[in-house]
Amino acid sequence: MIGVGGAYGKLYGGPVVRDLLEVYTTVVRAVPELVLILLLYFAGTDLINQLLTALGHAAIDINGVVAGIGVLGVVQGAYSTEVLRGAILGIPQGQIEAARAYGMPPGLLLRRITLPAMLPFAIPGLANLWLIATKDTALLAIVGVNELTQTTRTAAGATKAYFTFFMAAGALYLVLTLVSNVVIGRIERWARRGMPSIAGAH
Amino acid sequence: MITQGTAPALKHTAQNGAAEAIHVENLHKRFGELHVLKGVSLSARDGEVIAIIGGSGSGKSTLLRCINCLENPTSGIVRVNGEEIRMKADSHGHTVPADRRQIERIRSKLGMVFQNFNLWSHMTLIENVIEVPVHVLGVKRETAIAGAEKLLARVGLAEKRDVYPAYLSGGQQQRAAIARALAINPRVMLFDEPTSALDPELIGEVLKVIGDLAREGRTMVLVTHEMKFAREVATHVVYLYNGLVEEEGPPEQIFGAPRSERLKQFLRNVG
Ligand SMILES: Nc1ncnc2c1ncn2[C@@H]1O[C@H](COP(=O)(O)OP(=O)(O)OP(=O)(O)O)[C@@H](O)[C@H]1O
Ligand SMILES: [Mg+2]
Repeated sequence: MIGVGGAYGKLYGGPVVRDLLEVYTTVVRAVPELVLILLLYFAGTDLINQLLTALGHAAIDINGVVAGIGVLGVVQGAYSTEVLRGAILGIPQGQIEAARAYGMPPGLLLRRITLPAMLPFAIPGLANLWLIATKDTALLAIVGVNELTQTTRTAAGATKAYFTFFMAAGALYLVLTLVSNVVIGRIERWARRGMPSIAGAH
Repeated sequence: MITQGTAPALKHTAQNGAAEAIHVENLHKRFGELHVLKGVSLSARDGEVIAIIGGSGSGKSTLLRCINCLENPTSGIVRVNGEEIRMKADSHGHTVPADRRQIERIRSKLGMVFQNFNLWSHMTLIENVIEVPVHVLGVKRETAIAGAEKLLARVGLAEKRDVYPAYLSGGQQQRAAIARALAINPRVMLFDEPTSALDPELIGEVLKVIGDLAREGRTMVLVTHEMKFAREVATHVVYLYNGLVEEEGPPEQIFGAPRSERLKQFLRNVG
């Protein structure tokens, strides 16, 4: 969602919107994720709490899971902004123009033409992002999320059976990736339904 | 711009007093420093077929695209269906449409056919044809499908209804694009060199479809390099040179007895 908004803003937004998005994608993609997670989590929760107290609400204890998902969302949003921007540029311009020529309002054009037409170009990039995201969850352990790697370490430490537990964790990541690949393959075939395959076999 | 008497028997001749579907007056268009249209006027009454001819870069496409605001005219008047397109100046001093909804309303009365077809590649032919009726004009899906099937049959593509555009020849794609344009029941059809991107052996099938539409009295504005075809179907021919109307008149005059030296030269060159 952040990606779609970001890509659209960058391509069609006014100069101010474009500059803001440029700063966002550049900063987020330049700073190591680990740093970003710490920064956004600690600084972010602090900021929210200050805002809340300023507005006369009680400070809240922000759940690590929610914060983690939020941070990953911000990071992934920056990367997918670029993936989607590239994909939208990949759509033959004439198809957008035809939609405009037939009186499609901008929202409808985005939903009916731009998004489905760019999907084939975006899926490989988005699939990469998804797979990276599944592994990024390991980083969230730092802010107290009980994720796979962290849990494994605790379990392995307790039982001293490091090898078994890390193998199991590795296998779980692998299964997650394989399942993702199958699902992504399905989605990609569906998205490319209007395109003859390169090999010409149909 | 009425042809009388001299038109071939088959050709549909617009009646005196037919309503004006498109009116363009003193249209200017600049791309930055480049002055592409320098005060062009044009009128299409119901039933007329206006052919626009001229050399490459003379501004034919730009003129057509100004009619449905795919390009914003720099100055001048464009009236479609009696409704004048309202323009305003934006913060950079460019003229832009004052009312997006008005543009959308006007566009949905103009069926545009492009040189490169521009069918939506993620939709089958039937989906392409019903897209605008269903999602822009609010026609019921079943009604739209029934109509679209008739139109596809009409352009000879009934059995291709569930095929994606990429699997069709250029001629088939262009015929489907014409069906898509007809599906909105347009007041005027706009064609921008509909056969220029086609292999020579596919041109005929597309011209036949367009010719049939012309003969049944569809109002159209047609940019074309096919002089023989223009002479056959047009009720009025406009020769554009360097952003200005150099000469215009009934096809018999333009092709049979051109007055301007440039037009004579142009006709000699295109054969
Ligand atoms: N979007 C644009 N930006 C800048 N210049 C443009 C743009 N569109 C067209 N032009 C220029 O305007 C001039 C007229 O172009 P136009 O496409 O109207 O010519 P045309 O008569 O349709 O030619 P052709 O027969 O080659 O299609 C050309 O010099 C072209 O380079
Ligand atoms: Mg052109």
